[in-house]
Amino acid sequence: MSEVVLQLEGLRKAFGALVVTDGVDLDLRRSECHALIGPNGAGKSTLIHQISGLLSPDAGRIAFEGRDVTHLSQAERAVAGLGRSFQITSILPEFTVLENVALAAQMRDGSSFRFFRPAAREERLNARAMEALGIVGLGPRAGLVASHLSHGEKRLLELAIAVAGEPHVLLLDEPMAGMGRAESATLTETLRALKARYPILLIEHDMEAVFSLADRVSVLVAGAIVASGTPDEVRVDARARAAYLGEDHVAAP
Amino acid sequence: MSDEAQPLGAAPAGPRPAFGLIVAVAIFAALALVPLVSGVWGGGWLTSLAIRAMIFAIVAISLDLLLGHGGLVSFGHSAFVAIGAYATGIMITEGVYEMALILPVAIGAAALFAVAIGAVAMRTSGVSFIMITLAFGQMVYFALGSLAQYGADDGLTLWSAPDVFGTSWLASETGVYVTVLGVLVATWALVHAVVGSRFGRVLRAARQNPTRVAAMGYSVTRYRLVAYVIAGVIAALAGVLWAVHAEFVSPSLGSWQRSGDLIVMVVLGGMATRNGALIGALFFVLIEEALSSITHDWRLIFGPMLVLIALFARGGLAGLLDRVQGPR
Repeated sequence: MSEVVLQLEGLRKAFGALVVTDGVDLDLRRSECHALIGPNGAGKSTLIHQISGLLSPDAGRIAFEGRDVTHLSQAERAVAGLGRSFQITSILPEFTVLENVALAAQMRDGSSFRFFRPAAREERLNARAMEALGIVGLGPRAGLVASHLSHGEKRLLELAIAVAGEPHVLLLDEPMAGMGRAESATLTETLRALKARYPILLIEHDMEAVFSLADRVSVLVAGAIVASGTPDEVRVDARARAAYLGEDHVAAP
Repeated sequence: MSDEAQPLGAAPAGPRPAFGLIVAVAIFAALALVPLVSGVWGGGWLTSLAIRAMIFAIVAISLDLLLGHGGLVSFGHSAFVAIGAYATGIMITEGVYEMALILPVAIGAAALFAVAIGAVAMRTSGVSFIMITLAFGQMVYFALGSLAQYGADDGLTLWSAPDVFGTSWLASETGVYVTVLGVLVATWALVHAVVGSRFGRVLRAARQNPTRVAAMGYSVTRYRLVAYVIAGVIAALAGVLWAVHAEFVSPSLGSWQRSGDLIVMVVLGGMATRNGALIGALFFVLIEEALSSITHDWRLIFGPMLVLIALFARGGLAGLLDRVQGPR
């Protein structure tokens, strides 16, 4: 079994009386894609928010590369190497596509408390940004103002931003949300390529993508993990089927 | 995704850089000519008006760094002007005439104040941020009004101009004029450089989407706080110039109405544009002068003008100027 890079222990979060994360234990290992699936409202995004630091858990512990990051801020966790994408597209709408990604690259390139030199003309940052855009296939759109991108392209920009921050792991919250079939298929191949470079914690509703990419699948229902294992194990797990998977998914090869 | 020609919106946002530069140079050149013109027409009234307009422009440009680029609606910006002005007034009253001593004190006081307010205000956003900056601004206003030994509410007259490294450079109106114009040009250039820098990019990004910027690994609050200190220090510098020019300081410099006027200047001129704050401040002061010479109730005329500009000139006066330039 390869090294664990991200480990959640007994994570718990409640909004008032509503328990959205109920004692979750989960780990992500080096060079694997671990998919987290579950019905709407199961608490998947809330879990990602707690890992990335947007929300803090009520109890439990998050260890990243052997270090307790439970009490670090969102920015500190990103610096530590936790890169993420958002379920609801979260980009900088007024910046160009290139500048969106260059800003992410800037975080890894020395101090950002530099006040005089025009950042837009820093070739090293722009080159890194173009590289990330190339990975997701957005290179030709680099000069466009981000708000003018199509929905699918914005999803890809999300991913490029995450990649340009040179993360050690990628937390992807429904990268395919709202994408067409062809776009999803293309993105699946992009993610397959990224999997070789980063461990990926993937939340996704597209079962075709999940079962083709994931090395392990965990099923989250009402804030708790009800099943976990290889795709084949989860596919036939009674609890997982009852909770989430439709019969057609199970029947599919 | 294809390699097709880049569609609409591919051009960088905002006015064409060259045009903005030409407009700014034209404005600065016109301001440089004012002392010459005043020899023929207008005299001291004209130079005094121009100095006042330029000082407000310095403050407005610094406010735009927060308001336009940072999305931080600071409703207490005039407090920094008052801090700079009072630092000057108090030191001169106490017999310290050297600018080389006055400036560091004014800047240091403003920076300290900015850090103190900012540390509290940056924890909030939106209306709370406005309220906190307003509250701190009012604290300064009332604190200055309570300084009995320095004139209290009536203000403080400066009986002598400060020295500049032993020279009496600031004792002549020309000296003051050239200095204020110089500081204005420097402020304009500095804020512009900062906006385009790495730091400015983080600040502008945080206005659009702070959560995303934090997820990228930036501690948004720290960047905003630094911007707040920069803007506060520039405003205090303008306050020093104000004290030198007017030879009088009073708490009303830091009143909330003045903070409101500053916001109007920036919005009127065009937020986060190259020359918006500059144009807005000059326009505001000139219109105020022109209208108030006609009627005491000049705001009754000025108000509807603002409404018209808000309705028909999106992007403010600078945006209007941009449209005159023709479509891209």
